Amino acid sequence: MQRIGVFVCWCGSNIAGTVDVHAVAEALKNEPGVVFSTDYQYMCSQAGQDIIKNAVKEHNLTGIVVCSCSPRMHEATFRKTAAAAGLNPYMVEIANIREQCSWVHKNMQTGTEKAIILGKAAVAKVNLNTPLTPGESPVTKRALVIGGGIAGIQTALDIADAGFPVDIVEAKPTIGGKMAQLDKTFPTLDCAACILTPKMVDVAQNENIRIFSYSEVQEIKGFVGNFDVTIKKKARFVKEEICTGCGACVEKCPMKKIPNEFNLGMDNRRAIYIPFAQAVPKVATIDPNACNMLKNGKCGVCSKVCTAGAIDYTQKDEIISEKYGAVVVATGFNPISMDKFDEFAYNQSKDVITSLEFERLTNAAGPTAGKLLRPSDLEHPHTIVFVQCVGSRCAACAEKGKEYCSKICCMYTAKHAMLVRDKYPDTEVYVFYIDVRTPGKNFDEFYRRAVEEYGVKYIKGMVGKVTPEGNKLKVQASDLIANKQLHIDADLVVLAAAIEPDKSARSLATMLTASMDTNDFFTEAHPKLRPVESPTAGVFLSGACQGPKDIPETVSQASAAASKVIGLLCKDKLTGNPCIASANELMCNGCSTCANVCPYGAITYEDKEFMMPDRTKALRRVAQVNPAVCQGCGACTVACMSGAMDLRGFMGSQIIAEVDAICK
Amino acid sequence: MHKDNTKLTEEIIRASGVNPKKCMKCGKCSATCPAYDEMEYHPHQFVYMVESGDIEPLMNSKSLYMCLSCFACIDRCPRGVEPAKLVEAVRLSVIRQQGKNHMTADDVPAKLSEDLPQQAIVSAFRKYTK
Repeated sequence: MQRIGVFVCWCGSNIAGTVDVHAVAEALKNEPGVVFSTDYQYMCSQAGQDIIKNAVKEHNLTGIVVCSCSPRMHEATFRKTAAAAGLNPYMVEIANIREQCSWVHKNMQTGTEKAIILGKAAVAKVNLNTPLTPGESPVTKRALVIGGGIAGIQTALDIADAGFPVDIVEAKPTIGGKMAQLDKTFPTLDCAACILTPKMVDVAQNENIRIFSYSEVQEIKGFVGNFDVTIKKKARFVKEEICTGCGACVEKCPMKKIPNEFNLGMDNRRAIYIPFAQAVPKVATIDPNACNMLKNGKCGVCSKVCTAGAIDYTQKDEIISEKYGAVVVATGFNPISMDKFDEFAYNQSKDVITSLEFERLTNAAGPTAGKLLRPSDLEHPHTIVFVQCVGSRCAACAEKGKEYCSKICCMYTAKHAMLVRDKYPDTEVYVFYIDVRTPGKNFDEFYRRAVEEYGVKYIKGMVGKVTPEGNKLKVQASDLIANKQLHIDADLVVLAAAIEPDKSARSLATMLTASMDTNDFFTEAHPKLRPVESPTAGVFLSGACQGPKDIPETVSQASAAASKVIGLLCKDKLTGNPCIASANELMCNGCSTCANVCPYGAITYEDKEFMMPDRTKALRRVAQVNPAVCQGCGACTVACMSGAMDLRGFMGSQIIAEVDAICK
Repeated sequence: MHKDNTKLTEEIIRASGVNPKKCMKCGKCSATCPAYDEMEYHPHQFVYMVESGDIEPLMNSKSLYMCLSCFACIDRCPRGVEPAKLVEAVRLSVIRQQGKNHMTADDVPAKLSEDLPQQAIVSAFRKYTK
């Protein structure tokens, strides 16, 4: 028989305002196993905790029930109190009489009745509690960062600075991500490359960082502290360690008409290419779909001109297996496809472009060498129309757009408009907006400067239709403030396309068993208080994979994720959660239902020898739970048809005892 | 808001199946409307006026008969508000109240003009009769 102490908290007037705490303490005195019961103003205070500790000693308590706020608030506090008094921390139960009782009841009598019932349930459970001891697992002191954009770069640099080895896996031939494609950055208008490329060089030179470029994560197994990851390093047909990045091969390659991804297809590259001048690693890559030598065995020019002898047409994909303690997801974003927005004539006219294409058109390393020329005839555009919210805030058309606000478009459009007016004052610039959303340090000032100093014409309304006619784009739009329909003959139309998570995110989330929202953004463990952690232990979130973000916000989050990783890697051992599932092998019939529902891959099957009732031996297939991987969600316990699975700390018998106590 | 208007507003919202509160006031309906210049009240105003119960001016406006029912506003509205359905609902309630069709087949030849989109003529019967 347990010796249980009951401690009822007033929480000032939070609980005592609608619950008669004395009555609750009195009523619970008569419950089976209860030997002591009291109430106090603030149980979580030092004085309150001392009451608990003293009672444990004086009354030889073996179990504790605290009637207070949600266990999310103070369960950990009271478990520590119990441990300090020499009790097993899992002999503590919380009856939530605040969030689930006093805050939702207005009447003292009903509130008190319910509080007593909740207390009785907790007492019934403690009667069946057993001491639990958490297991320990070691920590591999190496981190994996998936994605080499500014988010991944910043996270990797911060982790490496703390002295831990980091690997970056990047799908493209170079790190740098979207930021490398940008021209200027708001709100200070410093050049993106000037601030990004030094960081890329830092990554390349950091002894703690390895870059797997042109690579992808193929498989992730394991759990916090012990991830086993398989990385596929795709064949680039160039020996990375020998190539000097001189570019002689690129110059001589005869395949000249391959759309250049880095400039979003607005110019061409060769079959062997280095994405841009400051690429890291500065190594050539052969595009196997374009190279004549790889396709037909004819050519071989690059290998002839390469003085270093780095070309290797026989190179194969390489599979790398590595262990990691923590995984950081930094897979970033892409603008959505404009194919379904026929009204803006994106597919009909080369002069209707997206904002990212506009970045390349104004970038000195872009297809027009930084001169703003429209793609169709390379003429200078005199009238430019910017359209905001293309595909963003689009609740009606899930197949076309996104319901959320993409957050960065208001600022980069203000930047584009301002830069055009600054460089080409003879250009008329219109921006059509629904709302201008510019919260952020110096952001609204920036937008107002575009209007007041640079004379950008901001019009409240949306563009309804763009029709190519001759060498003009007829723009039909509404001006809601003037209550007019406008018709503008534009030379260039720039669409602020919504952004969406990179397509690789979903399969990655499946591998990591990390949760995502309906838009495929990774979900954080808590939207306010744990914003850089995935609910899956050991998985951290950096940058736009978690939600639309600008550069300053991405870098802050990247560093925050790094600090969480460092906190994890600093530990030699991790204490697990003892409230995990375990199978009663005698009842398990090996049906695999539990393994199929387990979201963490914690359940495996084993053939075990059992002594049968007739004293013969038989091999039976039974479930085994990996205690380090199990998160204690309980899915297997309800799925198990033979009732063999049970969750420690939440056994079926304990739950039934609680229900019985409530129904009595 | 007048009490009678509340009832009328509710009726129009129910008949049209449109929830004007979904409107985020972007104006794409009016930007896309081919009959904009002919209308005294533009599609985005229709939505706003129904939302605020300002129905009478709409019922008395010739804008009702200028809508082509081309449904461009429905197609392009990013929030799925469907302004053309509101126009249709208001028009129907006018026709019901006056107890007779807005036009008959005999009225059509006089109204034909070269500039008139064919679609308008075809949809006229459907729209202007009960």
